[in-house]
Amino acid sequence: MSTNTVIKGRVWKYGDNVNTDVIFPGKYTYTVSDPAEMPQYALEDHDPNFAEQVQPFDIIVAGTNWGCGSSREQAVTCLKESGLGAIVAKSFARIYYRNCLNAALPALISPDAVDAIQDGETIEINLQRGEIHCSAGTFTFPPLPETVMKIFEAGGLIPYTHQRLKDQKEG
Amino acid sequence: MGQTFAEKILAKKAGVKKVQPGEIVEVTPDVALSHDNSAAIYGIFKRMGGDRVFNPKMHAIILDHAAPAPTTKHAENHYQIRQFVGDQEIPHFYDVGRGICHQVLVEEGLALPGELVLGSDSHTPHAGVMGAFAAGIGRSEMASIWALGNLWLRVPETLKIVVDGQLIDGVTSKDLALHVIGNLGADGALYMSVEWHGDGVEALDIAERAVLPNMTAEMGAKNSYIPPDQKVFDYLKERAKRPYEPILSDPDAQCAMVKEYDATKIEPMIACPHTVDNVKPLSEIAGTHVDQAFLGTCTNGRLEDLAMAAEVLTGRQLAKSTRMIVIPASAEVYREALLAGYIEIFLNAGAVVESPGCGPCMGNHMGVPAVGEVTISSANRNFRGRMGTKESEIYLANPQVVAASAVAGEIIHPKDLL
Ligand code: SF4
Repeated sequence: MSTNTVIKGRVWKYGDNVNTDVIFPGKYTYTVSDPAEMPQYALEDHDPNFAEQVQPFDIIVAGTNWGCGSSREQAVTCLKESGLGAIVAKSFARIYYRNCLNAALPALISPDAVDAIQDGETIEINLQRGEIHCSAGTFTFPPLPETVMKIFEAGGLIPYTHQRLKDQKEG
Repeated sequence: MGQTFAEKILAKKAGVKKVQPGEIVEVTPDVALSHDNSAAIYGIFKRMGGDRVFNPKMHAIILDHAAPAPTTKHAENHYQIRQFVGDQEIPHFYDVGRGICHQVLVEEGLALPGELVLGSDSHTPHAGVMGAFAAGIGRSEMASIWALGNLWLRVPETLKIVVDGQLIDGVTSKDLALHVIGNLGADGALYMSVEWHGDGVEALDIAERAVLPNMTAEMGAKNSYIPPDQKVFDYLKERAKRPYEPILSDPDAQCAMVKEYDATKIEPMIACPHTVDNVKPLSEIAGTHVDQAFLGTCTNGRLEDLAMAAEVLTGRQLAKSTRMIVIPASAEVYREALLAGYIEIFLNAGAVVESPGCGPCMGNHMGVPAVGEVTISSANRNFRGRMGTKESEIYLANPQVVAASAVAGEIIHPKDLL
């Protein structure tokens, strides 16, 4: 799935310090290795409704330190594979943040937007402009620079590097 | 308005005038550090379509995590890395026995003031002791650097830690680091660039300073920086592999958070099982039985650490119920400890001295605990299962306390030894 520059979806709102153990439980890390199977366990220990009801381009809106704990990449993959459009948070755990962007899942930091956005409402994010439109108004986040947009368009860091290498060799 | 170290160096490396926290820049590191994981990274590099690495001189590859190889599988892994290093003509390769990657990087003058170090190891921030910007990254990211020569980084906010006054006798920089981590918590410096300032930091020698950036990974920091001064320049005089240009942060730079600590008030601290921020004063847990004492690692395996432990062990014997493992952080440390007579003191006390490397720090080999055993260690991490079995406990302490506890068979301060 390529990443659109405009993402419109329903909000799943969560609090602070949601860790990778509840996003993708540790007990599955060695038993579930096919990315396509991961969405059914997404947020299993935090919000049992999520996996069942999430729609493509839905958006998680969270408090501080989203994705803290272990560095397991599955905690990003399970959300990416479920079709999630983006995560907006007050802050991200560092490794989680990098895993998101390298997996082409927009991770956006906007504390004011997080405070204003209501659970369940539909919001629109414009990645290029760095804007979030919700019922309470428009909020901004530092626009993602070209490099990261290009990683998104390629579908992640591995395909992106693959493509760039190829271009270099041919160019 | 002045700029932080992170803002200055990332703007310079990105070739722009100024950057703001939160901004993303694309940068080429001066050093790409990897260790025993280099074979796995090479696998990803090939999947990316990689053939020749971007710049062989950028690499620092040091075999340390399971070195010398404990199993055939580990040996095969090392073998593949040697092949790769030979094929790609990578000059800065250090084979088994040279030491722990973070220590070797500093000793070899490969991490320099004002330089950018990216490493596929979570304790890469260690190199901040030289005034470098050093951050840990993932394996795919390292593979991408090998292929393209660059990577994106988010410009971090800054946490400025100011340490006033000097540590009292019997208190080390390890206690200071543990005190700060206990105070700020495991996410206290999340994503931040940590800067260490104040006369309490300036007073420390290089070996003691290194503990501070080494341990800031345990607060979630991205990098950790000590402004380079004359001590650093002197240390690098015969070592620096390249000319370098130090970068100093501005005193009036805007920091997201400033924390002040009074060094004179800090006492010996212990990180209790099973998290590094579970910190208690030594006085509260003295008397806890220990089965094994481990002196070594990139945190506290330097000559000065061995000297502190040797002082405690001179003329003493380990407790009958306790064994002690000593692993110098590098071959250089080992040689100097030998000349100084420390190795003999360890052997006389009944300790075992092993070849430089990470050893049991990550539970790989050379002294892992049994189920139910308690280790007191000079390392930086005590997570459940870290040293092999989940059913064991790790207490983290300074080198003197590790040595004294080996003598007493329980956690104790050296001054309380009979
Ligand atoms: S000594 Fe321990 S913490 Fe340091 S690099 Fe080796 S495994 Fe990591």
